[in-house]
Amino acid sequence: MDELLKILKNNALESPGNIAKMLNMSEDEVRKRIKEYEKKGIIRGYQAVVNEDQLDINRVMAVIEVTVTPEREGGFDRVSNRISRFPEVESLYLVSGDYDLLLFVEGRDLKSVSSFVSERLATIEGVKSTVTHFMLKTYKHHGVEMESQDEYERLKVSP
Amino acid sequence: MNTKDSKCPRDPIAAHLRDVPRSGIRDFFEIVSSVPDVISLGIGEPDFDTPWHVREASMFALEKGATKYTSNMGLPKLRKAIARYVGDTFHVSYDADREVLITVGVSEALDLAVRALVNPGDEVLYHEPSYVSYRPLIQFAHGCPVPVETRREEGFRITRDRLEERITERSRLLILNYPNNPTGAVLNREDVRIMAECAREHDLMVITDEIYAEMTYNGSHVSIASMPEMKERTIFLHGFSKSWAMTGFRIGYACAPPELTEAMMKIHQYTMLCAPILSQEAAMEALNEPDNDIREMRDEYVRHRNYIYHAFRDMGLPCVEPGGAFYAFPYIGDTGISSKDFALRLLEEEKVAVVPGSAFGACGEGYVRCSYATSLEELKEAMTRMAGFVRRITSC
Ligand SMILES: Cc1ncc(COP(=O)(O)O)c(C=O)c1O
Repeated sequence: MDELLKILKNNALESPGNIAKMLNMSEDEVRKRIKEYEKKGIIRGYQAVVNEDQLDINRVMAVIEVTVTPEREGGFDRVSNRISRFPEVESLYLVSGDYDLLLFVEGRDLKSVSSFVSERLATIEGVKSTVTHFMLKTYKHHGVEMESQDEYERLKVSP
Repeated sequence: MNTKDSKCPRDPIAAHLRDVPRSGIRDFFEIVSSVPDVISLGIGEPDFDTPWHVREASMFALEKGATKYTSNMGLPKLRKAIARYVGDTFHVSYDADREVLITVGVSEALDLAVRALVNPGDEVLYHEPSYVSYRPLIQFAHGCPVPVETRREEGFRITRDRLEERITERSRLLILNYPNNPTGAVLNREDVRIMAECAREHDLMVITDEIYAEMTYNGSHVSIASMPEMKERTIFLHGFSKSWAMTGFRIGYACAPPELTEAMMKIHQYTMLCAPILSQEAAMEALNEPDNDIREMRDEYVRHRNYIYHAFRDMGLPCVEPGGAFYAFPYIGDTGISSKDFALRLLEEEKVAVVPGSAFGACGEGYVRCSYATSLEELKEAMTRMAGFVRRITSC
């Protein structure tokens, strides 16, 4: 992956000035390349990684396994695109294995997620079955550990 | 029988130790430790965690009962893996059974190598500014340390002229360390070829400390052991501390022809017996996928290197672009204060720790060592504070 993308994936707030120093290029060049990535849709957004467990909000996340009957034309695409339009669906992947689609769904409470599954998802033509797992606790999200563990410190000066 | 009076007791400390001063790094460490909330660029170890698969493998080894001695030379499977890695990476072939010795860090390997080669009074050449251990180790072996100056204008690379100036008929050994701690300098193939030529012409043995080899950024690393007719006169040292972020495991190795390895082994078997088995198991795992582990760290060091190098330039501090390791060695002599005062005042006034260049030998005066193996956040903050400090002391 391009070094510039690596830096931004790690910290989207890194300033073009600092990135320029790290990559030995001009600040203008950095800005230009970021713009290009945005235009091409390679960079599709910038988000904060939030540990929502620490916030006092009522919200439920579920992982849902879905089996689907593939279609003669387009395979899983039509059904998947349809499902991904629901704002409740945070992520959606086509996967190999015992089921076809893996969904991460967000809702206000158990009831709203359940009704999303039974009324909206399961009723879509082509969806054969669903298995819902409610999430209990987040340990790691987007490569970031959610609990800071006690770390050994390095000596302040060493040879 | 000795019946001298007891008024003037003999100094209990061995005479040759009295000539070895306390380490400048240790002194400075104590000062830094007394100041809270310091951003330290004085740390000579990676800020990465040891790769998880390595830590995981050591836990597994512990569970399996890896709690015993190993053979003096080290686990045979590890010696094989090392011989393969050194062959592939450094293009020197060593026989795993007779030419690889596993040690407690490169630190132990250095001590063994120096003691195996030096007779009392032998002169040992090493380039300065240098890693802090070389001079004392030579003294412990009753040798005479002979520093060879390296200079900023020459990229801190050792040159034939400066080396030959210091060679006498008592010169026996040359210690090389590239990529270099503290300067970040590297040698290119031609430099290495010239050093090999000098060693052969003047019949010098060579100890090459290549602990930072994988941290080489602009070209590829060349080992002097791979030069023609050099393997037989070279002890090659490497370890896991830096490239795999495994400093606390204390594991390294020496590779050398059988008679040299056997000589080091004589000391190792009685003083150390063997390197810790858990660390040997961890090292074994580290060699499973070295490229994966190292690539990401190296990429990050390069970005930090570029950042700090630009920052020094913006501050107006002359600095050679470091080609390897994770140190930059900017020149602060134009500020008009000594490297020690610079470091002390920077610590006091800005809470940023750097190591005075004088800790690395007389010709390190005028410089400070800044390690960029630190999070980018800290590096940015340290550079901002240091820039303010430099502006302040140069404008008055
Ligand atoms: C040049 C050099 N050699 C050797 C060592 C010691 O390494 P080890 O941890 O393998 O004993 C260091 C550590 O700072 C070093 O910088």
